[in-house]
Amino acid sequence: MSADAPADAPHAAHGAPHTPVFVGQARAELDELGKRYPTKRALLLPALWMVQHARGWISEEAMAEVAEVLELTPAYVKGVVSFYTMYHQHPVGKHFIQVCTTSPCAVCGAEDVRDAFLRHTGCEALGVTSADGKYTVIEVECLGACGFATPVMINEDFLESVTPEKVPDILAGLK
Amino acid sequence: MGYPHKPHDREMPVLSKYFGDAGAISLDGWKQRGGYAALRKALGMAPTEITAIVKESGLRGRGGAGFPTGVKWSFMKLDDGKPHYLCCNADESEPGTFKDREIMRWTPHALIEGCAIGAYAIGAETCYVYIRGEFTEPIARMEAALREAYAAGILGPNAMGSGKTVNVYVHRGAGAYICGEETALMNSIEGRRGNPRIKPPFPAVAGVFGMPTTINNVETLAAVPHILNNGADWYRKIGRADNPKSTGTKLFSVCGNVQRPGNYEVPLGFPFKDFLYDLCGGPLPGRRFKAIIPGGISVPIQTVDEAEASFMDYEGFVEHGTMLGSGGVIVIDDHQNLVKQIARAARFFAHESCAQCTQCREGTGWTTRILERIVAGDGTSEDLDTLLEIADNMTGKTICVLSDSCAVPVVTGIGKFRGDFEALIKTKATVMVPAVV
Ligand SMILES: Cc1cc2nc3c(=O)[nH]c(=O)nc-3n(C[C@H](O)[C@H](O)[C@H](O)COP(=O)(O)O)c2cc1C
Ligand code: FES
Repeated sequence: MSADAPADAPHAAHGAPHTPVFVGQARAELDELGKRYPTKRALLLPALWMVQHARGWISEEAMAEVAEVLELTPAYVKGVVSFYTMYHQHPVGKHFIQVCTTSPCAVCGAEDVRDAFLRHTGCEALGVTSADGKYTVIEVECLGACGFATPVMINEDFLESVTPEKVPDILAGLK
Repeated sequence: MGYPHKPHDREMPVLSKYFGDAGAISLDGWKQRGGYAALRKALGMAPTEITAIVKESGLRGRGGAGFPTGVKWSFMKLDDGKPHYLCCNADESEPGTFKDREIMRWTPHALIEGCAIGAYAIGAETCYVYIRGEFTEPIARMEAALREAYAAGILGPNAMGSGKTVNVYVHRGAGAYICGEETALMNSIEGRRGNPRIKPPFPAVAGVFGMPTTINNVETLAAVPHILNNGADWYRKIGRADNPKSTGTKLFSVCGNVQRPGNYEVPLGFPFKDFLYDLCGGPLPGRRFKAIIPGGISVPIQTVDEAEASFMDYEGFVEHGTMLGSGGVIVIDDHQNLVKQIARAARFFAHESCAQCTQCREGTGWTTRILERIVAGDGTSEDLDTLLEIADNMTGKTICVLSDSCAVPVVTGIGKFRGDFEALIKTKATVMVPAVV
């Protein structure tokens, strides 16, 4: 699984038919990863990342598939998915924008950056995808880049030193 | 060095020497800079010899607790016939801390070398590097470096031709501060929710997959090759002459309201006042420092007087009301509403609580709501006592110390800056924070 794979594939809606993820190449990749761990369960986080890369989010049907592949129960898989904030349990905007507003960034004006993203994307509120399905903006806790306030993640891209003034250009540059 | 700034001549760049040097990222570049000599040497030594050198160097854990690394390694029983594991903690989620990220971005092979030496020393054939999921670039650089190291035979079943097996793998986290806690980290590798485990059993007895395990921070492991190359004596002499308990160099990440935020590497025991003014450039124009949190948001807040009197080592910070922690220095100036920032810190802990322990799950939430009410101008005179009572119930009573960490800024904030809280309660109005220029 590579960290730089695109995470912005079109997202199927809830209830859409599920096409299995772990067939062919992806199945082989998962089996290869399996050599690194003494248990199948340890493949759960890597497998969930693979689902999210392929589908953009992790549906209940996808959780059931992961459960079957790793010999776990769907309820167990859901328990793990819901623990980790980076796994999406619902479709999100094509560009998923996370702005750090934890104290070290907050003292450098991070809340203004957050507000600028809301304003320029037309998102009504944090966590609510814009009407055109393009953007979702959320606050995120410390991104581990506090000296480069304000760090922002857009899908798998990590931006540093974002100011409110830079937001329109950043959005214009998104494909 | 003061990446992204030029190195300051009072720094001592050892781990950070190649930050910003794109040539150091590749295997060839790393070898040209002396890379993998220490691993080659280590693989020719007995594991116990390596552990003895690390013990003698005085190296202590850089992840927060400062436990002596060689002593930790010596807890691993080499002849127990069980598989052993090393976990490298690259979860780096403590607000204020961003040093491990730069180690992985600029010198991924330095970390791989440290991991390989550590694994061999504790009798492990496998090391998992647990990297927080948000670190996409460090993950990509580490994975590329690992591919190079495997292709060159540095890792694998016959590491550097030694006949010994050393594997290093990246395990990507998925967003959870708590997974930096060592037992939560092990659960996360196993494919579980990141809930901390009750100790004992300690990881050296039953860790990841129930097997003997050592967990070390990125910076700790990255220091090991330098110790093997230059000797324990060299390392032990770096630091304050009158404090043999803190040795070596330390990376400090600096953020907040300061002229030059960034990563600085200094000998432990460096005067904090010189650090803040000479290296970091002091406060922003027209402002004054108000409060300093020197070791990540989990350590006690210092007044400026306390900070300016401190020496930057494990003991030096304790003498002045705080702790070294992870070395994440958060600077807050007189243009900030300190209570609002403490409320924001509490919200961080409430968000990150794994919710296993009642004191933490409820306490972090209550603390946040009361503080946010005070900030909104609706505080009452009883609120401060209530906050302190909740904090008391959150301290020393839970499986891990996340709960205690939430109480720390509240207790030290009220203790050292009570006037700020009282002003908000008395005026019953939101203090306007001037816009940051
Ligand atoms: C809530 C919590 C979060 C932690 N986060 C980290 C972290 O992000 N990185 C880290 O190295 N240690 C972290 N620690 C400390 C680890 O539990 C552990 O002590 C450390 O990784 C040991 O490595 P060291 O001996 O090399 O310092 C955390 C501890 C707690 C209680
Ligand atoms: S607080 Fe924003 S990156 Fe750490």
